[in-house]
Amino acid sequence: MRAADAIVKALEMEGVEHIFGIPGGAILEVYDALYDSEIVHILTRHEQAAVHAADGYARATGKVGVAFATSGPGATNTVTGIATAYMDSSPLVVMTGQVPRAMIGNDAFQEADTTGITMPITKHNYLVTDERQLLRIIKEAFHIASTGRPGPVLIDLPRDVTMADIEFDYPDKVDLIGYKPKIKGHPKQIKKAVDMIMQSERPIILAGGGVRLSNAHEEVLKLAETIPAFVVTTLMGKGAIPETHPLCLGFIGMHGTKYGNYAVMEADLIIAIGCRFSDRTVGKFSEFAPEAKIIHIDIDPAEIGKNVRVDVPIVGDAKLILQEMIKMIKTKQRKEWFERVDKLKRKYPLKYNRDENVIKPQFVVEKIYELMPDAIVTTEVGQNQMWAAQYFKVKYPRQFITSGGLGTMGFGFPAAMGAQVAFPDKIVVDIAGDGSFLMNIQELATCVDYDIPVKVCVLNNAYLGMVRQWQQLFYKRRYSATRLRYPELSFEKIAKGFGAHGITVEKPSEVEDALKEAFDVDKPVVIDFHVEVEENVFPFVPPGRSLREVLDGE
Amino acid sequence: MKRCTIAVLVENKPGVLARVSSLFRRRGFNIESLAVGTTERPDISRMTIVVRGDDRTLEQVMKQLNKLIEVIKVSDLSENSVERELALIKVHAPPAKRSEIIEIANIFRARIVDVARDSFIIEITGDEEKVNAFVDLMRQFGIKEMARTGKISMARGSKTVG
Repeated sequence: MRAADAIVKALEMEGVEHIFGIPGGAILEVYDALYDSEIVHILTRHEQAAVHAADGYARATGKVGVAFATSGPGATNTVTGIATAYMDSSPLVVMTGQVPRAMIGNDAFQEADTTGITMPITKHNYLVTDERQLLRIIKEAFHIASTGRPGPVLIDLPRDVTMADIEFDYPDKVDLIGYKPKIKGHPKQIKKAVDMIMQSERPIILAGGGVRLSNAHEEVLKLAETIPAFVVTTLMGKGAIPETHPLCLGFIGMHGTKYGNYAVMEADLIIAIGCRFSDRTVGKFSEFAPEAKIIHIDIDPAEIGKNVRVDVPIVGDAKLILQEMIKMIKTKQRKEWFERVDKLKRKYPLKYNRDENVIKPQFVVEKIYELMPDAIVTTEVGQNQMWAAQYFKVKYPRQFITSGGLGTMGFGFPAAMGAQVAFPDKIVVDIAGDGSFLMNIQELATCVDYDIPVKVCVLNNAYLGMVRQWQQLFYKRRYSATRLRYPELSFEKIAKGFGAHGITVEKPSEVEDALKEAFDVDKPVVIDFHVEVEENVFPFVPPGRSLREVLDGE
Repeated sequence: MKRCTIAVLVENKPGVLARVSSLFRRRGFNIESLAVGTTERPDISRMTIVVRGDDRTLEQVMKQLNKLIEVIKVSDLSENSVERELALIKVHAPPAKRSEIIEIANIFRARIVDVARDSFIIEITGDEEKVNAFVDLMRQFGIKEMARTGKISMARGSKTVG
């Protein structure tokens, strides 16, 4: 069998239904094989968007996302997408074309050292130098991408390898001597953690993206209700517990809820589940939760003790570990602590100054939530992302998709495409900024081409808003290179030019109708909300400060 | 700051050394020496890495190495192990100094492996301190060239890292 056909057949056997990508010379053979396949290929308009779309698809479904690109520039364009997936532990298999083996290293046309370039941003990568190893490599790639701490795996395919003749003998299991993720938590550690929880008077659960990756939502809720304990999340952990649940204190960190941050600082025990204590979540490492003991559950042993001191580490799969813990936990009411946190909640609610004349970006997000609480929401990066995180109350896991670790502007729109491809019957909304949206706006063409009815809500303030906010607060309003001067720019016209639907909204009173219109049309829609230009995101813990040092708007 | 000797068993595949060194560079770990060679099994290579850092850094080094798919086993050999290094030293050796150099080499059980009109190549093996001491003594004669292998290490007793 031609190796290219074997590749496509292997992908089918892995259950792949969608691939995002762009063809080119070095990967032509594989695209030829794809022509006869049931797998749906979505031709994006930039390889970066192909990888983000595959990433959005993976985050929305839990399946491995697959992206294709050709050699050289095709492959280098995937780099931002791969790095984004790597930082947020998203399972991807990226296949890139490569020049024929005999030409590798000779600076051939469209040659790049793809495996060299992507080495530090992939969980693992392969250059296939022997066609007889091809199927084993594909099997391993899917296994590595989706198990343990998930992540992107890249396979670089020299053109002559894809043309070779091989036997189709797809392995049914892998044999990797150096890769055996620890799944089951150590019983002794679990017992220790349970004892610590029982002794605690002020426990808090900190849920991260790992909860989603291990499908441990039910367990987190059960644990929270059994102890009972309040739950805060990281940005990536949004959706680990319904945010409308009385025990949920929202997300913490730089722009997290004030009551969530304060509660963490007053807690005597943090039960951290599948999170990596990033600087954006923790603030100043040495002053994080000063009164608390820390239990850290994570499948990646390297995360334990990397950023903060840990008292009880438990390495393994969160779902299984929590199931064990729940069996042993006995309910104990902690009246004083609950009263204290309720007081914090009442005293420091999320708020902004409402205005009847200007559209407040927070108001737009509130309206999206009000009208479409079940929508899948993706975000770009910056102020739009933080307002989305603050004002959209996530109800179910995998509902909120955002680039947390790498903070990639231009992620949200193609990620929304990927999520929409996976769930054609859902409303998928990209909450965007004008700066971010412009970074992958060409994907409107893809949305129109494939009838992917994503709704892009641009919170247009004609600034790189988050950077401007920092310049306002830390650089005396010296707005160096953050103003996006385009008075004539019309996202409505751009959308229409691509054949999508476009709406411009300038008054708060029009927000609701515009959203309803967008949700009603079965087309990709861009709504250009002209929002308050110098609105800031609060609360705000300045970088490197403790979570107690919260700036407010007033 | 501590010094730590780590033995890393890896799959003998192309690109593994690049993965390991790329990891050190990316995470800001400092390699003092690195030696790679084959083991009793042809499909497995052994790297001996000497790294300097505080306890937390060293813990991260070991954990991050373990995450590499092609890394099979990482062991800390800083305590209670046999350490050896080999050095080749080309030293300036005019006739008047030859006997003195030979005498010192004998004391260190070093071997003269090449003799030219006015230079020797001397081979010495031993732990790092011994090699350093010998190198220091050779300086007075004028070292023209030197190559050191970096340290390899093995735990004492019947325990193995594999």
